[in-house]
Parts: sequence; C-alpha cells; structure tokens
Amino acid sequence: MEYLPNILFVIVLIAGIGFFARNVKRLSRNIKLGKDVDVSDNIGQRWKNMAKIALGQTKMVVRPIAGFLHIIVYVGFIIINIEVIEIILDGILGTHRLFAPFGTVYDILIGSFEVLAFLVIVAVTVFWIRRNIIRVKRFLKPEMTGWPKQDGNLILYIELVLMVLFLTMNGADYQLQQMGAAHYTEAGMFPVSQFMAPFFDGMSISSLILVERTAWWLHIIGILCFLNYLYYSKHLHILLAFPNTFYGKLVPKGQFQNLDAVTAEVKLMMDPSADPFAAPAEDAAEPAKFGASDVMDLSWVQLLNSYTCTECGRCTDECPANQTGKKLSPRKIMMDTRDRLEEVGKNIDANKGQFVDDGKQLLDGYITREELWACTTCNACVQACPVSIDPLSIIMDMRQYLVMEQSAAPTDLNNMMGNIENNGAPWPFNQMDRLNWAKEE
Amino acid sequence: MAELFAAGQKPEVLFWVGCAGSFDDRAKKITKAFVQLLNRANVSFAVLGTEESCTGDPAKRAGNEFLFQMQAVTNIEVMNAYGINKIVTACPHCFNTIKNEYPGLGGHYEVVHHTQFLKKLFEDGRITLEGGKFKGKRITYHDPCYLGRANNVYEAPRDLIRKLDAELIEMKSCKEKGLCCGAGGAQMFKEPEKGDKDVNIERTEQALETQPEIIAAGCPFCNTMMTDGVKNKEKEGAIAVMDIAELIASAGDL
Ligand code: SF4
Ligand code: SF4
Repeated sequence: MEYLPNILFVIVLIAGIGFFARNVKRLSRNIKLGKDVDVSDNIGQRWKNMAKIALGQTKMVVRPIAGFLHIIVYVGFIIINIEVIEIILDGILGTHRLFAPFGTVYDILIGSFEVLAFLVIVAVTVFWIRRNIIRVKRFLKPEMTGWPKQDGNLILYIELVLMVLFLTMNGADYQLQQMGAAHYTEAGMFPVSQFMAPFFDGMSISSLILVERTAWWLHIIGILCFLNYLYYSKHLHILLAFPNTFYGKLVPKGQFQNLDAVTAEVKLMMDPSADPFAAPAEDAAEPAKFGASDVMDLSWVQLLNSYTCTECGRCTDECPANQTGKKLSPRKIMMDTRDRLEEVGKNIDANKGQFVDDGKQLLDGYITREELWACTTCNACVQACPVSIDPLSIIMDMRQYLVMEQSAAPTDLNNMMGNIENNGAPWPFNQMDRLNWAKEE
Repeated sequence: MAELFAAGQKPEVLFWVGCAGSFDDRAKKITKAFVQLLNRANVSFAVLGTEESCTGDPAKRAGNEFLFQMQAVTNIEVMNAYGINKIVTACPHCFNTIKNEYPGLGGHYEVVHHTQFLKKLFEDGRITLEGGKFKGKRITYHDPCYLGRANNVYEAPRDLIRKLDAELIEMKSCKEKGLCCGAGGAQMFKEPEKGDKDVNIERTEQALETQPEIIAAGCPFCNTMMTDGVKNKEKEGAIAVMDIAELIASAGDL
C-alpha cells in the first residue's frame, strides 16, 4: 500500500500525457489537410523571427498595458514550469521537495516562483476586469459570444486557481516546516505564502498535511487538465505561436503570391508557337482549382495560422472595414477557418479516415461574400497580429475562387476588369489617350 | 520611350505614370508636378506612353490572377525589350506590383517610389529648396498602405515634408498603424459594403483632428479619397489635399 500514491500518480500522468499526444496527432493531421507550400527558405531569418516575436514578445508590447501584463503571465508560465518538473519527480519517486538539497539556489527559485505566482494572479485579475468590467471593445465583437467568450474567461479562472493552489500548497508546507512535522524539512523561501498563516491558524499537523496534499494533487491534476484543454481553446497559441512565427511571411507585406498554375496557362496563351489545340500532355495533372472555397484549398501554413489565433482581436481593432461597421472581421476569418477545419476533422474521424462530402464549405457556410469583398487589402491586420498570422491571404484566396472559378465578382469590379482587358486601364479610357497629359497645360 | 530607343539613347530612369496619373484629372496634375521636378533636376527620363498598360494590381486584388498575369507579362515584355533597369512611379500600387510581383514573372527592375527618388535628388544636390511658401504651415501626412505597411517606406515622404520647413503633425494612427483611405484592394472601383461610415470619412476625420492646412498624400488614390472626404466635411475651402511632388514643385514657385 505504501506505493499507492506513486502508482496513482503515474497513472494520472500517463493518462494526461497520452490524451495530449492524441490531441497533438489530430492537430497535425488536420493541419496537413492543407496544401503543401515551400517554407524551407531563409531558415536563419525564420529562427530570428521566432526568437523576436514569439520568445521576445516584441509585437505584444505595441499595446503597452496588455503587452506588459501578458509578459508577466508568459514569464510566470515558463518559469513556474521548472517547479512542475520537481512536482512530477516527487510524484513518481514518492519524495518531497526533491531539489531541496540545492540549498540557497532552491530557496531563491521557490521564492521567485512565489513572487511570479502572485504577479500572475494580479495580471489575470486585471485581464478579467478588462474583459468583463471595463469591457474593452475588441473583446465584445459579434464573433466573441458563446464559447469564445467563455473560453477567454475560463482560461483566466484556471490560471487563477492553479496559482492559488500552488501558493496554498507552499503556505501549508511552510507551516508544517515551522511545526517540525516529519518529512517537512525546512527548505525554500516563501515570500508570498507565509502571509497565508492566518488561514492555517490553529490547524493540527494532520489537517495541514491534508491541505498541503490536496493542494499538491489538485495543482498537478489541474495542470494536466489544462494541457488537454489547449486543443479545444484559443490557448493553443502558447504552443503554436512558436512554429507559427517561424513559418510567418518573410516577403514584403504587399507582395501577394503569384499563382503558378495561372503562370503556366498565361505563358501558353502568350506563346505564339504554342498549339492551342494540342492534346494535353500525358502526365498533365488535372486542372487545378483556382483559389479557395474550403479549408483543404488553403495551405497548411494558413491552417496552422487558424489554430494559432488567440482571438485577441488586435487585427479586427485595426481593420478599416470593421472600424466603419462592415461585417468583415479578420479575427472571424481565422476563427471560421479553425471551426470549419475542426468540422472537417471530425467528419474524417467519423468516416474511417475519409472525408465524406457534407454539403458545406468555408465559403458561404462560414465566411460570407459580403465579408470578403469589404477588404481593402490594407495589411493592417497582418501588421497588428502578435503571432504573425495572415488573415488577408485567406481573404485573397477566397476572392480568387469567387472570380476565377465562379465569375462571381461584384458588377462594378467586373466592369473594372473588363476595362483593363479592353483598354489596359481600370476606367473606360482609350489607350491612345494615355499620353494626353503631356500635351495639356 | 520608343523615340529615345530609336535614337539609341537610354534614359536614366523610366517614369511609370500609371493609369490614374495618365487619365484621372486630379492625378494628372501630380504627374505634371513630378515631371516638372525631373526636368528641374535635369533627370533624363522616359515614359512608355501608349505602350504602358495597367500593372494589373486592381485585377489581382480583386482575385483575377489571370488578368493580372496577362497584364504583367505584357508590360514585362515591353520593358525588357527596351532594356529598362530603373523605374520610378508616383503610384504606390504600381510601385508595389512592379517591385514585388513582377520579378516572379520575369521582370527584374530597381523600382522606387517618387518620394524616394525625390529624396535622393535632394541628397545629391540636384534640386534644392529654401524655405518656400509652405514655411510653418501645418501639414499632416497620410501613409498609403501600399507604400507604408506593404513596403516599409515611412520616412522618405516625411523627410521631404521637413524640407518644406513645414510643421509635420502626425495623425493618431500613422506609420505602421496608419488607417487605410479605403481605396485599396480594388475598393476604388466598387461601392462599399454596408456599414456605418465610409472608410475615407473616418480617415478624413482623423486628419482633421490635427487641424491641418494641408493633407499630404503619396498616392493618387489616397488623394482622391481624402479629397472626397474633405469635400464631404465641407472643408475644401480651408484644407488642400496635395501630393508630396506637388508640394515640392510649388514650394519654390516654379
Ligand atoms: S487587409 Fe482587409 S481584413 Fe485586414 S485589416 Fe485591411 S481591410 Fe481588414
Ligand atoms: S489573427 Fe492575430 S491579431 Fe487577429 S485575433 Fe488572431 S491572434 Fe489576434
């Protein structure tokens, strides 16, 4: 019976990590539904971007208040994880504070974890106030009702509870150390949790141990649950921000990709020696679909983008269309893409690994034409995103589908394109009048 | 260009006028102002004239990649035949397209925006300006998306405004955070979607907050949008919307 807690712990740990591995597998399968793109260029620059934007949080601080608070939570999250290593080892080995023999270093570490935990509680509280009391505008857009809104708050509650559990565990431990309880040798520094003493006043050693053990178990179980919550939440960004900033766009923002399939056809049309009636070559691939109407038509980087989106709404906040009351919201474009991708993933799971047409698609089913046509391609959303997401590229791919596959551009745009085709200018002017300005006074 | 080429001469730079600069009455004034400056600096330049055709930018942003590439390939053929290396243009959309999207289709040129080109002319001492009539005037500058965010050109136009001895006042959203005028992405050529307001009105309001005497722009489309916005606010008597080239050209009372 002596090893029961250890065995129990290992089972919980394996279950938590196993479930997480399953989620990761599903995530990567879904992302790979996207079309392949070559992102093997400029590795050096890519590492630099990841270090700067994800690790260094450079884009977060463009908005100083949110940026500063976020850095506290982010640093807290990373550093307190060192403590999780000790907790896991303690759990497996049945030890208590395994790293205590490190002495002063250990004291300082535990001390700084406590300070960080306290700061995280403060930051998370301010975040909650911003969402629910001050009601910062970008958290209140139409796409932020229902689950996304709950998700945002739930994350804050979980973080708060985890930090409180961590401090409770330490606080009780400190009391036990003071009382000279067996196994609770003096170790660590408790700059924050020592002030919890009044709560433990008059408790016996056995009830203190109960408090300490309960907090310890709930804390580690909570962390494992949180790990598995990620896949269902915008909180996935804590992992995906790294690959996403790595694979982010490197060329100037104004440079939109040229479609190779179109280049091939244009070359053929322009080449006077090509025989337009020649039979297509044997190995000719089936004609490519131009643009995107569903998630499978997007690239895997765009799909990764959708899972990385943290729904912060900085993009939407800067979007000129959204600011002037149009339906378009670049955040919604990302959320819709993820929702549809999840739907497709579930469809595949339910049909033994094959996608069965469900009569739905991203276009119209999630993203309306009205949204797509409201975009000015101004790149404000791309600039604003703290994790290098490119909502504009999805909008452009879907416009391409509308125009090239469906000829469904708004009439005004069809006129404009007709003019370019016939007169070489978007207006109905005569090409021969192009130099008239030089003769006018 | 055809005439120079026939005479075996090669200009220093090709001035890509663009559709707005060629046909739009307001933008033609910008074209003329820039040509004045090129002449003043003794720059040998050429234009393609009737051989120039739309870069394809509005078609591409509207989603018509075919039409874009047809336009691009046609233009590239013309320019490559003339052996063009360097291009200057007063339109950020042409600038962006030729600079970034033509190389993949076989058009490799050094492309600069006219504000960058003018800045260089100043640096080389080919044009000079002392004080001039904009001294002390309140000027606010609107960043064109396709010059600023799209290509990170923020300083060249501002440096030129400083040359005027004018007071440059920034709007609350400027540079990386500059608000669009509402024309990009082929919006210029269609009615806006339903909303509370037009984008150009929103941007004009931001500009008016700085209480400017002049709103400076570096794009013929932004110019149109801001001009319309100012008219909508019935301020056209008090506030002028001008291109940077026009400011420089008229500062010295040529
Ligand atoms: S590029 Fe389109 S979606 Fe992005 S901010 Fe500009 S108008 Fe909005
Ligand atoms: S796309 Fe980027 S800026 Fe927009 S909500 Fe998602 S994470 Fe935030």
